[in-house]
Amino acid sequence: MSMSRAPNLDELEKLALAELDQASDATALEAWRIRYLGKKSILNQALRALGELPPEDRRIAGARANQLKTALESGFAGRKLAVETLALTAAAEKSGLDVSLPGEPALLGRFHPITRVMREICGIFTNMGFEIAEGPDVETDYYNFEALNIPADHPARDSFSTFWMERSPDTVKPPLLLRTHTSPVQIRVMEKRRPPIRIIAPGRVYRYEATDATHESMFYQIEGLAVDRGITMADLKGTLTQFARLFFGPERKTRFRCDYFPFVEPGMECAIDCFVCGGKGCRMCGNSGWLEILGAGMVHPEVLRRVGIDPDVYTGFAFGMGVERMPILKYGIEDIRLFYGNDLRFLRQF
Amino acid sequence: MKVSLKWLRDYVDPGLPPEEIADRLTMAGLEVKTIHKTGGDWQNVVVALVTEVKQHPNADRLKLTTLDIGGRSITVVCGAPNVQTGQKVPFASVGAWLKDGPTGQLVQLKPAKIRGIVSEGMVCAEKELGISEDFSGIMVLPADTPVGMPLSDYLGDAVLDVEVTPNRPDCMSVTGIAHEVAALTGQAMKSPDLDYPEESRSVTSLASVEIADHDLCPRYCASVITGVKVAPSPPWLQRRLAACGMRPINNIVDATNYVMLEFGQPLHAFDYERLAAHRIVVRRARDGEVIISLDGSERKLGRDMLVIADARRVVAVAGVMGGLDSEISEATTSVLLESASFNPASIRRTSTDLKLRTEASIRFERGLSRELTMPALRRVTRLILQLAGGTAANGVIDIYPGKTGDKWIRLRAARAYGLLGMELDIKAIQGTLERLGFTCRKAGLPDEIEVLAPYWRSDIQGPADLAEEVARVTGYDKIPVTQLSAALPIHEPAPRLDFRESLRDTMVGCGFQEVLTYSLTSETLTCKLTPDLQPYGPEPMRVANPLSQEQSSLRTTLRANLLACLAHNQKYEDGGIRLFEIGKVFLPQNNSQPEEVEMLCAVLGGPKLPMSWRGQSKNIDFYDAKGVVETMLDRAGVAVEFAPAADATFHTGRTAGIIAGGTGIGVIGEIHPRVAEGFELGRTACLIELNLDLLLPLVSTTRRYQPLPKYPGVIRDIAIILDRTVKWEQVGRLVRGFPLVASCQLFDLYEGKPVPDGKKSMAFRVVYQSPDRTLTDEEAGSVHRQIIERLGQEHGAVMRG
Repeated sequence: MSMSRAPNLDELEKLALAELDQASDATALEAWRIRYLGKKSILNQALRALGELPPEDRRIAGARANQLKTALESGFAGRKLAVETLALTAAAEKSGLDVSLPGEPALLGRFHPITRVMREICGIFTNMGFEIAEGPDVETDYYNFEALNIPADHPARDSFSTFWMERSPDTVKPPLLLRTHTSPVQIRVMEKRRPPIRIIAPGRVYRYEATDATHESMFYQIEGLAVDRGITMADLKGTLTQFARLFFGPERKTRFRCDYFPFVEPGMECAIDCFVCGGKGCRMCGNSGWLEILGAGMVHPEVLRRVGIDPDVYTGFAFGMGVERMPILKYGIEDIRLFYGNDLRFLRQF
Repeated sequence: MKVSLKWLRDYVDPGLPPEEIADRLTMAGLEVKTIHKTGGDWQNVVVALVTEVKQHPNADRLKLTTLDIGGRSITVVCGAPNVQTGQKVPFASVGAWLKDGPTGQLVQLKPAKIRGIVSEGMVCAEKELGISEDFSGIMVLPADTPVGMPLSDYLGDAVLDVEVTPNRPDCMSVTGIAHEVAALTGQAMKSPDLDYPEESRSVTSLASVEIADHDLCPRYCASVITGVKVAPSPPWLQRRLAACGMRPINNIVDATNYVMLEFGQPLHAFDYERLAAHRIVVRRARDGEVIISLDGSERKLGRDMLVIADARRVVAVAGVMGGLDSEISEATTSVLLESASFNPASIRRTSTDLKLRTEASIRFERGLSRELTMPALRRVTRLILQLAGGTAANGVIDIYPGKTGDKWIRLRAARAYGLLGMELDIKAIQGTLERLGFTCRKAGLPDEIEVLAPYWRSDIQGPADLAEEVARVTGYDKIPVTQLSAALPIHEPAPRLDFRESLRDTMVGCGFQEVLTYSLTSETLTCKLTPDLQPYGPEPMRVANPLSQEQSSLRTTLRANLLACLAHNQKYEDGGIRLFEIGKVFLPQNNSQPEEVEMLCAVLGGPKLPMSWRGQSKNIDFYDAKGVVETMLDRAGVAVEFAPAADATFHTGRTAGIIAGGTGIGVIGEIHPRVAEGFELGRTACLIELNLDLLLPLVSTTRRYQPLPKYPGVIRDIAIILDRTVKWEQVGRLVRGFPLVASCQLFDLYEGKPVPDGKKSMAFRVVYQSPDRTLTDEEAGSVHRQIIERLGQEHGAVMRG
């Protein structure tokens, strides 16, 4: 008797869960909750009716009813989350964004490409223990030429076309000029310091040269100088190879050939294999397969002697590179004048 | 220096292709810029003999020529006026690539029928073969040219264009390059022939030489040839000169040029009969002396110029150019040949002063060896005897006041290692040097030698030079690659560099584009910085030799360049532009190097934000510029004040001086409308200028930690109406002076209705906070009320309803 009066919980569970699946909005869900989990629900009635059962049956039926309650509750929670998510998605879809619209531009400043390159180069050398030194742009003939083993009427002066400063006619002092290279900083540093010396000197230099796509009357150079006991040309090759690898990439090959600069002996020119053609020869490298990047050499004994450093005890190397040449090679810029034309359409590319 | 490989082979034949020779020279310090090959395009061109010349039956100006091209006879139509029977000529058959006479384009020869007669090819002019620009007639080859021989075998050559560095005047010659090639390839060098027959009459009986100024002429050698016949040079010599870029003149002059190209020693031939008293005096020019040089110009000579004179007058500018008076002419029968050594600096000054750079002067100014004069003189005398006949006097005149002893240089293997970082034993060093022509002998130490440079080298001064010789012949690629292992120097702090770079970072972080502008500018541009175009700032230092007016003086300010830069970019940019530069300005100081002051200058104008579909932005104004300065100086740890200032570049009432540490360190403001107009700025702009030299000592990189507040603050807003003339600074200072006020920030400022005329409305937020307790509303409210009261008392402020 009592068995026939008790509700069939298995059927109830099946029915309830089937109805839950049909509930597709908040209203239907709430109606379902009242019907199956509310105070007047069949489940609640069944739970209340438990007390009337004999203790033996009560335990079994009670466990079954609680199990059903848990199943319905968790089913409800899951369905509710699903229905809510669907509603959110539907609402969001209605008010969706045109993601293809341009983003709000952030205010971004940029460094001049020369600054970027100078920082990069100086960084490479400071990591090798070089210290940055600077000197004036307006120099005396002594620092720019004489002290560097280029006396007056030396034919090497031809390769340093010079801007001379106007002086009042009563001046007897030696003429002033715009430095034609950063090498005077070598002299200024060596006058003040004793070895070990390891400096780089970045700065502006000037040449009295008509400007065109490959010539500028003003450009930047970075000079390097290391003086101590036992410094050799092998160290110079090592330092420059290291630089070329770090700046142009580890796959770059370097080539060193003899060259002449009055303030070094032996002198050399450093080139890297052309990364445009891979060394086969192209317009960029003038079909040679090599790109010249800098001039260097062992500090001339006369230069050392003049600043009071004994060339029989100390040796040193020096190098100097044109800074513009680096981005010109690296980025394929075909006109050097773009650097100081300061057109934003150019500057923004870097 | 152009070097014909054919000529080079007279002295050394390494049996290597031109590219390989060029590469070895380049690596050893003599950069070969180009290799120009002649003969490469001459396929199907052979030497032919003209056996018959007939008139073309159908054309007056054309001829029918029969040619023997080596066992075969052919007929060719020829229009050249100079074709004659018996000539050896270059003949191109169908298929040959030739330059078109009028256009210079390379075209392939096709079978042609000219006025009814088939021509099996053509006889060529020099231009058609690319030998020269001569298109006046066919090229006539020397009579001894073998018929049928391919022209490229007979005439083909490769000319290396070598860039000779200033230290190597010896390499401005074929033998100089030959010495290098011999050393670099291990080949033996053939010696040039210097002997010639001499008559019994002594040269000293025919001419005399006196050097009056020994300092400028350490050596003068001369020979005399009588009975010469001046005529054109033979073709082979003309071709060699032409290959080196020199124009043939006559056999005497060509011989001097030829030997100069061969030995590097400039030579000069005087017409012996035109030298008064057959006498040569080497002396400085006298006041007022003039000479008509070979190029026909009259040259005024200065007292520091060295000249060659005869008994009466100047006959040449020493080492630069000869005079027209004594030049070799068709009437010349005897010549005096000069081979001398001159002071390089003097030659360079003279040629600069006369604006006359010649093949001779560019060699002399580089410092030629004094020992070159004698072999060159013997060589040219020999050559002229061959080319022009005549008899050479016995002996040569050699006045040599500047003779110095042999200069032996000691070199230790250890020293070479110390410079090169390459292990070399003294035997290897000696071997290398000997290949270059050096003489070596044993010296005191086992790893030491004494070295004497060959007579043609003037650039070898010490052990470092010898180390270079060894390295460049051995190959720089053989030098090991090592990393510096010497002690690291102690580095000094570099506050200026650090500050400059951090300033750059801040400016870029604030949205500014960095620019770099020229140090040289024009005073016209700088004048535009004032509304009435008056000079601005100190008088600049000027360049004595400017390239242009636009770059004629050193900048004393960055302003003008930055404004010009802004104007340029406004042409292409609708959006806001922010530019800055950190750079030097040059302030003149009495007759010495200028003071080089580092400045920052920034310009900004246009809309604050980039153009956006989300609405228009306001335009940049004074307060944007001020915000940048505040950010910059806050980062630098510098307390700063702004005070109204007057400056011609800026608009009245919209300019402020930037004051820190009690001094003005810069200025900001809106550009004066007339200045903006002068620079053709599209719209108004603001400018910031800071003197970094003044700012640097104020920069503080130290920071003190402040504990975070433990107790919440109480926030209260105040809105007041007060006189327009009251400055925010006065209000702010008053508020911040009260206890418990943690901050005071202005968030609204309004003038206009309903605020009465002459008044303004200000609203600001005050945060009250205590470091040791949570404030109650009453505590905060009490201070708040006092503030309002004081604002009323001191500034007549009324709370806004």
